Amino acid sequence: MCTPEESGELVSSRFVDLRKGGQRGLILGICLAELVGGTTVLAQEKPANYGLGRTATEAEINKWNIDVSPSGDGLPQGQGTVKNGAKVYAKKCAACHGPTGVEGPMVPLVGGRGTLATPEPVKTVGSYWPEATTLYDYIYRAMPYTAPQSLTPDEVYSLIAWLLFRNGIVPERAVMDARTLPAVRMPNRLGFVPDPRPDVPK
Amino acid sequence: MKHSAKGMKTTGGRSLSRRRFLTAAVSVTGLAAAQALFRPLRAQARAVPEDPTRVPGAPPSPYGQRSEFEQATRLAGTSHSLTPLQDLHGIVTPSALHFERHHNGVPVIDPARHRLLIHGLVERPMIFTMDDLKRFPSVSRLAFIECSGNSAREWRAPGGQTVQETHGLMSTSEWTGVALAMVLREVGVKPDAAWMLAEGSDAAAMTRSIPLGPAMEDALLCYAQNGEPLRPEQGYPLRLLLPGWEGNTCIKWLRRLKLGTAPFMTREETSHYTDLMPDGTARQFTMVMEAKSVITHPSGGQQLRPGFVEVRGLAWSGNGRVTVVEVSTDGGRTWQPARLHDLVLPECPTRFTFPWRWEGQEAVLQSRCTDETGYVQPTRQALITVRGLNSVYHYNAIQSWKVARDGRVSNVHA
Repeated sequence: MCTPEESGELVSSRFVDLRKGGQRGLILGICLAELVGGTTVLAQEKPANYGLGRTATEAEINKWNIDVSPSGDGLPQGQGTVKNGAKVYAKKCAACHGPTGVEGPMVPLVGGRGTLATPEPVKTVGSYWPEATTLYDYIYRAMPYTAPQSLTPDEVYSLIAWLLFRNGIVPERAVMDARTLPAVRMPNRLGFVPDPRPDVPK
Repeated sequence: MKHSAKGMKTTGGRSLSRRRFLTAAVSVTGLAAAQALFRPLRAQARAVPEDPTRVPGAPPSPYGQRSEFEQATRLAGTSHSLTPLQDLHGIVTPSALHFERHHNGVPVIDPARHRLLIHGLVERPMIFTMDDLKRFPSVSRLAFIECSGNSAREWRAPGGQTVQETHGLMSTSEWTGVALAMVLREVGVKPDAAWMLAEGSDAAAMTRSIPLGPAMEDALLCYAQNGEPLRPEQGYPLRLLLPGWEGNTCIKWLRRLKLGTAPFMTREETSHYTDLMPDGTARQFTMVMEAKSVITHPSGGQQLRPGFVEVRGLAWSGNGRVTVVEVSTDGGRTWQPARLHDLVLPECPTRFTFPWRWEGQEAVLQSRCTDETGYVQPTRQALITVRGLNSVYHYNAIQSWKVARDGRVSNVHA
């Protein structure tokens, strides 16, 4: 039995392929083949135009375009430090996630490294999350639970800096911004594999 | 306020008691107050006549209610509720009993103000109103939606006491909407688009990345459920439906679709809704809900009486139609074919029945289904041999119900 890190090379190559659109697991392979077929049809046919809907304005798109990709696309201006993150965390997060991100009552955010292959896995930002950019996307869109989309970019970057520091991923002097965040290498970045099902023999 | 059957006798086509009550109330408090008083009375305490053929019944009503004698309800947790499968017949789930799962509550959305934005790798970023979407050619189909966490408590030990607790995160509706592919043609998909981010307008702004190829085949943008607009808990006024795929991909309260070249790696497809394997790796984008069946009667918590028992259950597959359901009464040692009822549809539960006699013997009831791909629902042992005990999601093993000598039915691992 090997850890995700140890089996990383194999997993890594499959995972990168998944995102580039190369060879991949069964479902994703089918997806791609169908997509190529589908877009060919789309390109050849004159689109059936029902004349419904209207063109979206830049302002309308920008208002809702809050997702952040692993490439860093979507990250706003701003920056955050571990020190400021500790303050924001204590004020806006600790009530649910515990004083140090371990205690809960809601899901733990810190710790858990080395537990994924044990009978009691602890899935945290440090032990499980493959992409650091997901932190920005998720914290801004959904947290705090009682006031989603209320944090400023500086607050979100600061929280991320603190969470990554507490998980031993960045040093205490780290500054998170649109340039540094996508460059963070998460410990479990190679830990994910495509769906191999059907996987259970008859 | 209870009335005797005698008191319910009428004159002039009106309930005497009602008229008396109204008259008395009006004289004291005025008509408006009387109506306010009367409404809850009528709902709560309608008289039950000895002989319903001798008294006129209730007048028509604007929106019907089930009989006051029926009590089946969802079982609610903090962010989900479970369908009472043990109380249901046929294959359709009443909209009011469809399971719920939401990530920060059920939003209130005015359909007149709701918009769907489609942007990213498209020729023309566009905005659609609900009126726009309803003007497209429509599609209706039956389909189940199953939460990937359905039966998640069954991995390690028998977790739920009833079938509502073990399998109640699966429900079925007739869904109506417009084909996603049709709307995407309206905006024009760029050739390098391969994935689509779907986002809800709930307080979680719930998101999932969907591979575009399969979505172009049969995904629907749904605005109706069982003939009427979606229930708020089911995404009113607009939700995505990916028939046969895990429920969380069917984004509710849908407000945005963004096309891109790669998955967006949202929290819901990285730290959540990924299946941890024994070696510590995790499977990602495990979209299809594989074939599964369960006996809903007799099921956990029920009490059998000796004599004829119709074994009843549901079987479904995210990979198409169910072709065979077998029932075992001896814990899987021997199997016999169940009868599949009409309406065997793809990505839709099939009702099965099996005639049985119970005469006080101990028994372990199981059902096992096969779908049109040849996939056979696995035993729990076969499933955990491959996946271990930590994957949380996609538990589709054969369910065992033990019938004790006293007729009590309970959840066991056979």
